[in-house]
Amino acid sequence: MSGWPLLSIVTFLPLVGVFFVAIVGGEDAVAKNRIRMTALVTTVFTFLVSLLILARFDTANPGFQLTEKAAWIGGYFNYAMGVDGISVLFVILTTFLMPFCILASWDSVDRRVKEYMIAFLVLETLMIGVFTATDLMLFYVFFEAGLIPMFIIIGVWGGPRRVYASFKFFLYTLLGSILMLVAMVAMYWQAGTADIPTLLGHKFPAGMQTWLWLAFFASFAVKMPMWPVHTWLPDAHVEAPTAGSVILAGILLKMGGYGFLRFSLPMFPLASDHFAPLVFTLSVVAIIYTSLVALMQEDIKKLIAYSSVAHMGFVTMGIFSGNMQGIQGGIFQMISHGFVSAALFLCVGVVYDRMHTREIAAYGGLVNRMPWYAVAFLIFTMANVGLPGTSGFVGEFLTLIGAFQANTWVAFFATTGVILSAGYALWLYRKVVFGALEKSSLAGMLDLDRREKAILYPLVAVTILYGVWPAPILNTIAASTSALVVKYQAAIEAVTKTAALTH
Amino acid sequence: MALPALSPALPEILLAVGAMALLMFGAFAGEKSSRTVSFGAMGLIAVAFLMLLVAPKYGTTFSGAYVLDPFARLMKLLALAGSGFAILMSLDFARREKFDRFEYPVLILLATVGMMVMISANDLISLYLGLELQSLALYVIAAIDRDNVRSTEAGLKYFVLGALSSGMLLYGASLTYGFTGHTDFAGIAAALKAHGSSLGIVFGIVFVLAGLAFKISAVPFHMWTPDVYEGAPTPVTTFFAGAPKIAAAALMVRVVIDGYGPIAKDWQQIVVFISIASMVLGAFAAIGQRNIKRLMAYSSIGHMGYALVGLAAGTQQGVESVILYVAIYLAMTLGTFACILAMRRKDGPVEDIGELAGLSRTSPVLAFLLAMLMFSLAGIPVLAGFFAKLYVFMAAVKAGLLGLAIVGALASVVGAFYYLRVIKIMYFDEPKPAFEPMPLELKVVLGLSGLFVLGYVLIANPIGTAATTAAASLF
Repeated sequence: MSGWPLLSIVTFLPLVGVFFVAIVGGEDAVAKNRIRMTALVTTVFTFLVSLLILARFDTANPGFQLTEKAAWIGGYFNYAMGVDGISVLFVILTTFLMPFCILASWDSVDRRVKEYMIAFLVLETLMIGVFTATDLMLFYVFFEAGLIPMFIIIGVWGGPRRVYASFKFFLYTLLGSILMLVAMVAMYWQAGTADIPTLLGHKFPAGMQTWLWLAFFASFAVKMPMWPVHTWLPDAHVEAPTAGSVILAGILLKMGGYGFLRFSLPMFPLASDHFAPLVFTLSVVAIIYTSLVALMQEDIKKLIAYSSVAHMGFVTMGIFSGNMQGIQGGIFQMISHGFVSAALFLCVGVVYDRMHTREIAAYGGLVNRMPWYAVAFLIFTMANVGLPGTSGFVGEFLTLIGAFQANTWVAFFATTGVILSAGYALWLYRKVVFGALEKSSLAGMLDLDRREKAILYPLVAVTILYGVWPAPILNTIAASTSALVVKYQAAIEAVTKTAALTH
Repeated sequence: MALPALSPALPEILLAVGAMALLMFGAFAGEKSSRTVSFGAMGLIAVAFLMLLVAPKYGTTFSGAYVLDPFARLMKLLALAGSGFAILMSLDFARREKFDRFEYPVLILLATVGMMVMISANDLISLYLGLELQSLALYVIAAIDRDNVRSTEAGLKYFVLGALSSGMLLYGASLTYGFTGHTDFAGIAAALKAHGSSLGIVFGIVFVLAGLAFKISAVPFHMWTPDVYEGAPTPVTTFFAGAPKIAAAALMVRVVIDGYGPIAKDWQQIVVFISIASMVLGAFAAIGQRNIKRLMAYSSIGHMGYALVGLAAGTQQGVESVILYVAIYLAMTLGTFACILAMRRKDGPVEDIGELAGLSRTSPVLAFLLAMLMFSLAGIPVLAGFFAKLYVFMAAVKAGLLGLAIVGALASVVGAFYYLRVIKIMYFDEPKPAFEPMPLELKVVLGLSGLFVLGYVLIANPIGTAATTAAASLF
């Protein structure tokens, strides 16, 4: 078993599912159920296999593990795979969330089920590939190809303004990443290799770092998304079907942060240090401004979308603080936000499936009819706020510690965002769940059924587990993170020393 | 005694003689013979294809005016494939639209001979000979539907502008001859190396490149393209979009690398300008198009701009990227036109992109493959079109043309918009009545093209090696 290319197997396993889904014939309810079952089995099986990665992963080793390599494009680029402490958890997060996406679409997607499941399984392969690729071009191919299924998912199964949202999503992200492609080509010619582990040890000239950093920033900032290029996200979230929102918030947004950690920080340390104030400013603006915008929303999904932008602000702030706490906090926050925001969108999906509206004003007093739902939603709301005891707290707190060391004012302003997030999240919760059940349309609401419980309860467990006991995650990422921090600080110190010597 | 010397040109001779024989056959057998002539023409192309495959690697004839090298061989194979598939794809159209003129396959054969001469041309004289043989055949083909006003208008426009561009090319060629004293590329290169550039030479290059830019429909000599694409019958457009572009691109590569190679700085700026203008215009002008053939016309203008990015680099790697670009473009364009030819209802063919509405539900396989072709034309990864763009960007960045690569990258985002719109219409809109079932030969072409576009990621290595060998033969 140890000789198997485990990462490739996990990455391409969903495509096997695509094959089986594709050969199911018929349009009737039986066929649809068969398709759903096939997709679910595939994703669950992929998750189980991906746990093997974790089992074989050595947390003490900061480098890439389980590596694979094969010649690919004309000697320029290789098919190279590997995971390190930074990427391994994102792989697991992806495979972990996919079964929930399939389950969430069980009843709500009844139109063109086959195409839907194929799009999701293809998307899963591409997302895992982003985190396992250790070759520049392979990374880019996975990173960019994900646009195709996501475009189709938003456009075909989305809400009324789906066409606008899908185009905006596609063109915005394409514009960001195409510049990164040119930068990658330039990197290849400068360093003579596209191998990420080798590039991590390569020192790019300071002037070039600035341009490369900006090109990568254009891509990752859009993907993240950072203020002011975040405007595609609320549109995409509102129009996407529930499972699409889950994937967007849970995984696609994390690619931006992962990119910063994989490329910007270690490969262009001088530029990262140089631009850190810019990132801090944008992050703080994102945290405060989008939190205020969230306060004004009338659509539940839009509110959560804006809150995602604010939370990603904490992540970028933590990453670019460049110290152990900040970066660990950033990664933790991404993982935690991965399942918390996914869970929040799933919660919205639960009531949307019953009422077919996302207007906050259409709800109220749900606690009277749906106590279990109210409990689950409360826990996720609290995690979103960052209440101690939930996983949301750990990441937010660590990023704030990191930012405090880098710049006190940044930490000060960012902390106000925590208060604001409590404001909008609790306000949303009160409007939707508490109060008397006055609206007659809500009188027939049923509480969570078995499928919905199966979706939400595991997420509740994970949220609390990692809130109380964050060690498993922090230990997994520790070795790679500290190696990154040491290298980053050393690169900056080297330059400051030479600058001091020349004076 | 002369026969062995002709061996590098044997496939061309076979096609030329065969074309004349088929013409005779058609003239005596009458209009009903068009199907037989078509199959005969495809057979000849297939034989020529095989002959090229087994031909020796290198050879020259006609006192060095005509070369066969790996570059010529690869480009000829591509051009032959483009022509052969174009005839194949016209069969069903010919039957249904009463478009059965036996002259059509014969003219395609003659144009193909012209293309092969262009690709092998190593001298300004043979260059012009091949170019004119090809162009004259194309003028007639554009107007082949002679009772149709739009088709004749297209033919006339193409002829007038084409004649003008041939004139410019001749003028440039004579200037080059006047200032270097040579018509053969090697002689020109040697003279330029010895004496360097001069104003007369630069003028010559400008005119030669203007004439060639017309043939590949690059901006600012693109005006004929949308009208001809739209006006000509769809099988004719299919042919125009494929093989002639390959031949003209190959010719352009050989002229500037082998002939004007020593003064790369002078022509590089011209190619960069043409390239940027084509990419940008191709991207922006296509946005407003509703007719799918017109849309493809602007798309082809843009794509030729990208191919020229590789040429602008002027390096071996640049040539390699041009070869790969046109090869991938040929596969994509043939597949797309197979879809366009399949756009027909009971009362005839339709060309408005709105007619594709809801295609994903009426014929899911066709819609899926067309969507993949569109994503590929837009240059989205995993599909072949992305790698085509990657190759030219790599060559450009290595040659220090970073700005050109960035403009190309940005233009591709604009271009993505209209390709996406086609996908949006097929996938997001409510369905219109289904199209007529697709004939077998179109299914085969579309299937092959779709396989290529989707599977390129797996076969990138052997294709890249073939292109490397071909490009190396020019240096």
